[in-house]
Amino acid sequence: MNGFVVLPLLIPLVSAASSILFWRRRMIQRWLGLSSSFLLLGSGLLLLYTIREHGIQAMQVGGWPAPFGITLVADLFTGIMVTLAGLIGSAVAVYSVANIDARRETFGFHPLLQVLLMGVSGAFLTGDIFNLYVWFEVMLIASFVLLGLGGERKQLEGGFKYVTLNLVSSALFLAGVGLLYGAAGTLNMADLAVKLRNANEPALVTALAMIFLTAFGIKAAVFPLFFWLPASYHTPPVAISAVFAGLLTKVGVYAIIRVFTLVFVQDVAYTHGLILGISALTMITGVLGAAAQNDFRRILSFHIVSQIGYMTMGLGLYTSIALAGSVFYIVHHIIVKTNLFLISGIVERRTGSFQLKQMGGLYHASPLLALLFLIPAFSLAGIPPLSGFFAKFILIRAGLENEEYAIVAVALMVGLLTLFSMTKIWAEAFWKPAPNEFGPRPVHRTMWAPAVALAVLTICIGFGAGPVYELSEQTARQLMDPTAYIQAVLGVSR
Amino acid sequence: MIHAAVLSGFVLAVFAPAIQRRWPKAGSWMLSLLPFGLAVLFASHIGEEPVRESTAWIPALGADLAFRLDGLGLVFALIISAVGAFVLIYAGGYLKGHRHLGRIQCFLLLFMASMLGVVLADNLVALFVFWELTSVTSYLLIGFDHEREKSRAAALQALLVTGFGGVAMLAGALLLQQITGTLSIEGVLGQGETIRAHALYVPALLLILLGAFTKSAQFPFHFWLPNAMEAPTPVSAYLHSATMVKAGIYLMARLSPALGGTDWWFGLLVTGGAVTMLAGAVLAFGKSDLKQILAYSTVSALGMLTFVLGIGGEAGARAAVVLLIAHSLYKGALFMAAGAVDHEAGTRMIEDLGGLRGAMPVTAAAALGAAVSMAGLPPLFGFIAKELFYEAAEVHPVLLACAVATGILTVGAAGLVAIRPFFGRAVQTLKHAHEAPSSLWLGPAALAAGGIVFGLFSGTAAGGLVAGAASSVAGIPVTAELGLLHGINLTLLLSAFTAVAGVALYASADRIRPLLRPVVGSLAWGPAGWYDALLASMMRFATFQTRLLQNGLLPHYLRVTLGMAILLIGVALVRGTGPPQKNLLTDVRLHEAVVGILILAGAFSSVRATSRLAAITSLGVVALGLAMTFVLFGAPDLAMTQFLVETLTVILLVLVIYKLPAYTQKSSDRTRLRDAIVSVIAGSLFTVLVLGVTSMQLAPEISDYYIENSEKLAHGRNIVNVILVDFRGLDTLGEITVLSIAAVGVYALLKLRPHKEEPS
Repeated sequence: MNGFVVLPLLIPLVSAASSILFWRRRMIQRWLGLSSSFLLLGSGLLLLYTIREHGIQAMQVGGWPAPFGITLVADLFTGIMVTLAGLIGSAVAVYSVANIDARRETFGFHPLLQVLLMGVSGAFLTGDIFNLYVWFEVMLIASFVLLGLGGERKQLEGGFKYVTLNLVSSALFLAGVGLLYGAAGTLNMADLAVKLRNANEPALVTALAMIFLTAFGIKAAVFPLFFWLPASYHTPPVAISAVFAGLLTKVGVYAIIRVFTLVFVQDVAYTHGLILGISALTMITGVLGAAAQNDFRRILSFHIVSQIGYMTMGLGLYTSIALAGSVFYIVHHIIVKTNLFLISGIVERRTGSFQLKQMGGLYHASPLLALLFLIPAFSLAGIPPLSGFFAKFILIRAGLENEEYAIVAVALMVGLLTLFSMTKIWAEAFWKPAPNEFGPRPVHRTMWAPAVALAVLTICIGFGAGPVYELSEQTARQLMDPTAYIQAVLGVSR
Repeated sequence: MIHAAVLSGFVLAVFAPAIQRRWPKAGSWMLSLLPFGLAVLFASHIGEEPVRESTAWIPALGADLAFRLDGLGLVFALIISAVGAFVLIYAGGYLKGHRHLGRIQCFLLLFMASMLGVVLADNLVALFVFWELTSVTSYLLIGFDHEREKSRAAALQALLVTGFGGVAMLAGALLLQQITGTLSIEGVLGQGETIRAHALYVPALLLILLGAFTKSAQFPFHFWLPNAMEAPTPVSAYLHSATMVKAGIYLMARLSPALGGTDWWFGLLVTGGAVTMLAGAVLAFGKSDLKQILAYSTVSALGMLTFVLGIGGEAGARAAVVLLIAHSLYKGALFMAAGAVDHEAGTRMIEDLGGLRGAMPVTAAAALGAAVSMAGLPPLFGFIAKELFYEAAEVHPVLLACAVATGILTVGAAGLVAIRPFFGRAVQTLKHAHEAPSSLWLGPAALAAGGIVFGLFSGTAAGGLVAGAASSVAGIPVTAELGLLHGINLTLLLSAFTAVAGVALYASADRIRPLLRPVVGSLAWGPAGWYDALLASMMRFATFQTRLLQNGLLPHYLRVTLGMAILLIGVALVRGTGPPQKNLLTDVRLHEAVVGILILAGAFSSVRATSRLAAITSLGVVALGLAMTFVLFGAPDLAMTQFLVETLTVILLVLVIYKLPAYTQKSSDRTRLRDAIVSVIAGSLFTVLVLGVTSMQLAPEISDYYIENSEKLAHGRNIVNVILVDFRGLDTLGEITVLSIAAVGVYALLKLRPHKEEPS
């Protein structure tokens, strides 16, 4: 019936496993990786379409009824996220053809990317909190190996910090799952939602919620748990940074939103108020961190942190419009941020550096690249009519409606500072005269194509903000009222 | 129709570089056909009923792409398209042969379309969208000479200052939506009384005025405008005098029926406007660079507009509209003339210029015509504007005095820009000056002629236009019987006084201007200094904060991360009923206690160990204790697994450490103590949590199901195995993947070494 819910897991798994069979045959691996990424995108779209038409889809793995087995469940939020994973996977797979050197490709770049996508999709699809942990581990190991692939000194240094801090998250997560199971006797999230509704120790449940907030907060890179991100994202080849930038932290954000709309809604005033405060600090510290950087990718990395604050802001406000803003923001951000990393790679090919000081002259030398940079850069800063403007607009409106003026002020000022950062890159890399001669270095069209495609999407989201908002709003309503989700998982309404 | 008018500019902009490349000479003239056409189209609407068009954008949020063409919008649209057409032609001549001429034409057209969007939008979101687009195009245009550091800095300054105002305005617009429930401007204007009585009125007003004041360079945000003179002259003429800087004025004029008429409105606008017009006029008279004089006199004119909008009423509305039109005509002409002088003579400093009327007769005539209008002398349109300006200021003698003072200084500045370079003794200029090509004098001549025509035939040429726009501003029907002669009254006397005093001022310019220098310095430094200081301190704080947080040290990261966990969990527990009250020791049996002590001892000894071997063995003891616990609580199969895993781990680690260099203690005692405290607190918190959850007992656990169905349904007797491979087989699939990838990783780490010289 709805076995296709498992497709986003199966496609990358089959691709990765087959790639291992063709070890050292990098052309075969490349085609396996490319086709599987596009299939994942297709399966995501199919899933999204089915959910819109027929409601939330659930699948009991192995036929064991919930809550005893593991349930895969896809509501609109899942559908959107899986589609985005497929989109970014496809973009990066194409980009990697010219960006990843032959040696890294030979040593399993493609299967590793597929396993990463599988972990990401699994995290989006699972309805079981322990299974979520497993997919987090899959993601962690795949990303760690990708981060270190090539074994350069700075890669290993960044990778070490990355893995250590993420293991703290894993340990907390696992401890949290254990405690939650001890308290509620179940791991199924829908079942947890039902059981915790009548918990007799609300303070204890809030304490458990805090464990998850910390564990997922590390993954999402919120203040003050983001250290691993700026320490590592600028070290691997661009294709790898780009897929990390697009997807990894967003899995953390997804997990926070999922558990804080489904499971931990006992003391919203406290927990979500806290999330709102963390959001504000995340926005500010991230954007200031970016202002202090002079490396293209490090600037972008700090901006990821800052932008995470906007995504959690919607959850902190906890209204339909606000959550719709979060969803819209995630969609916008994944596309734009991945694209900026992809573009940083093209700039690096042209100028030979990621350091702003070493760059220059691209405004004249490469007008197309200049235009290509401006679109996601202005979108990130919230310049209308690009996607980022509407994302911020919705959140700000939601904030004003809730009379949360402080967070609105922060969100607006951080937007301005983001603009400041983007113009800094623009002035240094594009406007400033080139500090040293660089000859015409051709950039392969497989690097241009995904960047152009994502830029076009950014514009389309801006002009098609109406339909995108409608979808986000439906998603938010499903999240605000999880009855349908619970019913889809447990089969009966409780 | 309006959609097409606005969007056509965007479309043409895309093709502008190609057109300019294909027809290097005629390209600019061809491009100007669109704005000319638009001007004709708008002109045909004079005196007609307002038209409204709307396309849904995000209907659920009330954001529509709605346009409305009424009297006020019409005046602005005419200025934007007519001046735009001349500027495109002018740019083609001014930047002839420049490698980026195509780009500047593209940006100018983008700007024109955005600006039309601003003044025709009937939805606050749509207005904001176009508003920001004008800021962005202005950024790209100010930075046109992008290889110069000063241009880049000026571009950024303008973007940040107007961008700051922009976000404030957005917040203000959304507050208006909270009050009125609509984002449609027409809808907002219909609820003026509700808005003014609402508690959010003052915040909304302040935010919107912040947007208007920054965009229209009102004191103390005026400093970006003179710096924006880094842009090539066509840009200065178009954006930074005739159109974009009037977007803020437009906003105030547009919303004045809803927001105006209160003490707040009057106080803020009149004070802000008066300070701006006076400061601008003084600074303009004190400057020597033609473009700087014009820039500051633009600031002053913008102040006058704010001032009369603040006074409001029919007189204020009429004065605002006429001043607006007159200023766009004469200032656009003067900027272009100044550019032509710069282009032909090679300098813009008035000390180095003189007597150019012989070499550049057409430019000189155009500049003179425009300057007479600027000075407010009859029979030009500027005279009518100044009469209305004084008339509006008559509400209070102090205001009238401010207005007259501004008028006098403006006469002086007009003399500096139009008489100094062209009349008097001929000066040897850098380049041998001769008349500019037609592309350079057409614009100034046409705009200056406009000032004369509107002045002489004000009733017929401008009456309908002004009445329509002033009605929009005042919110009630306003008549405009314009004419040069109104009989002998106070304003005429004041005009005469202004002219005489102004001429006297100009005559003694060489003596007075040096005296102004300190004033000019301090007035110019103040707010600009604030901008620099703010930016610098932001950067200092950013660097400090980043060094503090992201210091590169993993132990610091770990401490903060764990500290955050402790803080969040601890506060949550303390907030509640506190740790669960349960007698911990009642049902503990002796052998359980022994195992517990064993675990604690193992943990303690591993921390205190002075060699790796000892630490690992101690950890093995901890693991053993845990396995014992499993035995004690009826899970022998788990215990078995635990034993095997732990033994293997210890053996593997021992093999590994055999290869490692000798162990050294690197952390100080203080660090260790701090880490110990963190660890103990974390451990205690989790202990409390474990004790807490075991007392919750919400529902029967799912394990009963496994015990019951393991053999019956899954055909396996070892429940753990069945859970692993069947009930929760998906988990195992994931874990297998983890192991395989770990293997791939280790293999790659060993085999894939970086090249000796790794290109970074």
